[in-house]
Amino acid sequence: MRVSEIREQFPILSRTVKGKPLVYFDNAATSQKPQSVIDALSHYYSHYNANIHRGIHTLAEEATLAYEATRFAVQEFIGAAFVEEIIFTRGTTESINLVANTWGRQNIDAGDEIIISGMEHHSNIVPWQILCEEKGAVLKVIPVKDNGELAMGVYQELLSSKTKLVSIVQVSNSLGTVNPVKEMIAAAHKVGAKVLVDGAQSAVHLDIDVQDMDCDFFAFSGHKVYGPTGVGALYGKKELLENMPVFQGGGEMIKEVTFERTTYNDLPYKYEAGTPNIADTIALKTALDFIKSIGKDQIRAHEAELLAYATAQLEAIPGLKIIGNAQDKVSLVSFVIEGVHPQDIGVLLDNMGIAVRTGHHCTQPLMKRFGIPGTVRASFALYNQKEEIDVLVAGLHKALKMLL
Amino acid sequence: MNVKRIAEIEKEIVEDFALFDSWEDKYEYIIDLGKKLDVLEDQYKIEENKIKGCQSTVWLTASYEDGAVVFKADSDAVIVKGLISMLIKVLSGHSPEDILTAKMDFIAEIGMMTHLAQTRSNGLLAMIKQMKNYALAYKMMQVDEKNK
Repeated sequence: MRVSEIREQFPILSRTVKGKPLVYFDNAATSQKPQSVIDALSHYYSHYNANIHRGIHTLAEEATLAYEATRFAVQEFIGAAFVEEIIFTRGTTESINLVANTWGRQNIDAGDEIIISGMEHHSNIVPWQILCEEKGAVLKVIPVKDNGELAMGVYQELLSSKTKLVSIVQVSNSLGTVNPVKEMIAAAHKVGAKVLVDGAQSAVHLDIDVQDMDCDFFAFSGHKVYGPTGVGALYGKKELLENMPVFQGGGEMIKEVTFERTTYNDLPYKYEAGTPNIADTIALKTALDFIKSIGKDQIRAHEAELLAYATAQLEAIPGLKIIGNAQDKVSLVSFVIEGVHPQDIGVLLDNMGIAVRTGHHCTQPLMKRFGIPGTVRASFALYNQKEEIDVLVAGLHKALKMLL
Repeated sequence: MNVKRIAEIEKEIVEDFALFDSWEDKYEYIIDLGKKLDVLEDQYKIEENKIKGCQSTVWLTASYEDGAVVFKADSDAVIVKGLISMLIKVLSGHSPEDILTAKMDFIAEIGMMTHLAQTRSNGLLAMIKQMKNYALAYKMMQVDEKNK
């Protein structure tokens, strides 16, 4: 894998920020897009923009084919058994809310328990809190250990016949921890619970195989896998999706409508009411093709190198403490520096052209658990290079000199 | 009561900043202001004095003395603290009316507009709003006194 050649495919990487070359280390928030994805969007609008599925004209047919081609690409990307198990959504958050509002409303009753973990993103906490409040169910939380791994012993103890759902993040956006989801899913299934895996952070780094994992639901976002914003997917096991009530009502999701009664469309359209995000969905395939053309194993090897290098370089900075030292981590380093607020570091780094994220990363309970207001997070993608980590380290030294 | 008018103080700050020719100098000055800001006693660092923001915590409190509003504030982030220090320099010690009509154009003129954005909130924007809220409250109090 030649990083210099990959960088050439990302036009944004050649821009400057405040007069300095951009160093983009906010990939866990959103990844940049290759030219091919940008071109796919513009090609759609320039050549075959049309509303999909019912049109009989050429444009509608071309758009429909391209839109449905993405569904096959997503099926392959996550290893689903059936293409109709792929539901397009706005992203991970909407996917989780869809499950909470449909499967959740149907299957969660008073006294039932839902298990999440202490490292969940707010979008995998709040939908379940709303559901628990509505149903009188109970939310249980797997604690996070000091090294950023989940307390698996406690998880085993939390599981019981009351557990109806485990909703767990595969990779933590704040710590980088890779959770042993396969093992957790097997344990949950033993007590008869279903499992939703939040793949927002994992999909871009890890090989995803929902059949091997045996999860019941899997959610991810397009914009974190080099694709456009505003599109993502929900995977659900076919028999579950078939039996769940509908989410939103409208066009596309119906079979026949009379004023007395409406019959619903088959999978996956049953959950896709209204005109979908056609352009971005089509361009998502281009992003998945891009990943495939490089290969996840190549990407992972490069990112592991970046992680090891960044960890060693950052640890050498006096007073710097890395938050999250799990055995198994993706290419993301979250840290705090003694005597300095993360926000101050972020503001100064921005003036040096370095984009990092500072704050609680939408994981306030996790920050509370570590007793910190937030962290500085540098997250790396396949186009990042060691030289950029050197720029970050030099930038941090400079910031500290100014602040301390 | 503060003798200088708000607009004059704003102009002075703009003039000071014009002397800096690098962003480093600018921020070092702000950081220095932050470090020198009068300590806010712990009794004021309470939930109701907190300005809800995204990243750092800001506490702001006000008192009314001889027709002038006096502000005190603190933050756990030093750059934010430096920015607050400037706001206090500009607004503290003035009448509620003057505070309410203050334009606060100097923030843009010294190139600190980015700190007004919602994402950076704590956000000078939220702080200025809160300071003006205090001024409005004291103004209403004045009116009530007169009507008694």
